[in-house]
Amino acid sequence: MFHIYCPYCEEHREEEEFHPKGQAHIQRPVDPEACSDEAWGDYLFFRDNPRGIHHELWVHAVGCRKFFNITRHTVSYEILETYKMGEKPSITAADLSEKDKQAGVQAASGGWQTVGARPESEALNKEARA
Amino acid sequence: MSDVKEFDTRPAGNPSAESPLAWTFHRQGVLPRDANAGVRLREKSFLGHLILRGGAIILDEAVREVLGMALPARPNTLTLDESGERSIQWLSPDEWLVIVPGGEEFALESRLRKAMGQAHYSIINVSGGQTVFTLQGEKAREVLMKSTLYDVHTQAFPVGKGVSTVFAKSTVVLRRPNEDSWELVVRRSFADYCYRWLLDAAAEYGAIVER
Ligand SMILES: [Zn+2]
Repeated sequence: MFHIYCPYCEEHREEEEFHPKGQAHIQRPVDPEACSDEAWGDYLFFRDNPRGIHHELWVHAVGCRKFFNITRHTVSYEILETYKMGEKPSITAADLSEKDKQAGVQAASGGWQTVGARPESEALNKEARA
Repeated sequence: MSDVKEFDTRPAGNPSAESPLAWTFHRQGVLPRDANAGVRLREKSFLGHLILRGGAIILDEAVREVLGMALPARPNTLTLDESGERSIQWLSPDEWLVIVPGGEEFALESRLRKAMGQAHYSIINVSGGQTVFTLQGEKAREVLMKSTLYDVHTQAFPVGKGVSTVFAKSTVVLRRPNEDSWELVVRRSFADYCYRWLLDAAAEYGAIVER
């Protein structure tokens, strides 16, 4: 059991009061009608899975019931910061030390992306067209 | 003026009503009355509960005008009027719980709606959905320590604080309106469960239940 700082309640609360809600800062394509299937599929289904810094959406389900963001280290599970909706993380890839980089620690870029997934989906698309 | 349709959820003519604990008390028959009880438990039934949502500034102006009380702006705080019968509690950055003596809630809702005019807000009467337990006695805090993970030490939980938190695998709003009592705002459907949990937790100290 550990405590998480809720930026809305402005105090540390028991982990049991919170629920994780997946990757944070996912941007919905501005014009879904006009975006490619790939971009839409990306938005719906593909998420970062970095070994290192990850920005996540959490909800203080039992407390104030507000959503907020957590920057968490996926190797050590350390919570590096929590911040309100609409705010930007203060800890990002730039803050990774050289040692971390050499050890293969990554940082989620935030927003939808297809690292690793793109070649596959392209191949699938080609297959579907053929 | 407000163009929201309002209606009084309290039926005219005062038909008999039952608190969420009516069946519990009925089944229990004789209520606990231990000698030298460390814990006293009471249900404050049929109070008026309103949920206010909206911007803090507009709501603050309205409750100052109508209730003569300030809206608690700090997280996890609670303000009471002089009699201690009316209270406003911060629940989230745009949500407050107002509890007033039973029967006042509809008039209060109407006056608040008038005061807020066309502002962007919502008022919901949740009186029927929840009830209040009061826990008193020198062992009340011990009982809470067995039931919730939240720190109920008097330093961490001074008078005027209120939080919604996990309580006995359910959730309650826990608050401290004055020096010698704790209040639990409990969902109607969890009232029987929480009541029995409290009595079980209080068994070793002795309990008195008052109606
Ligand atoms: Zn919170």
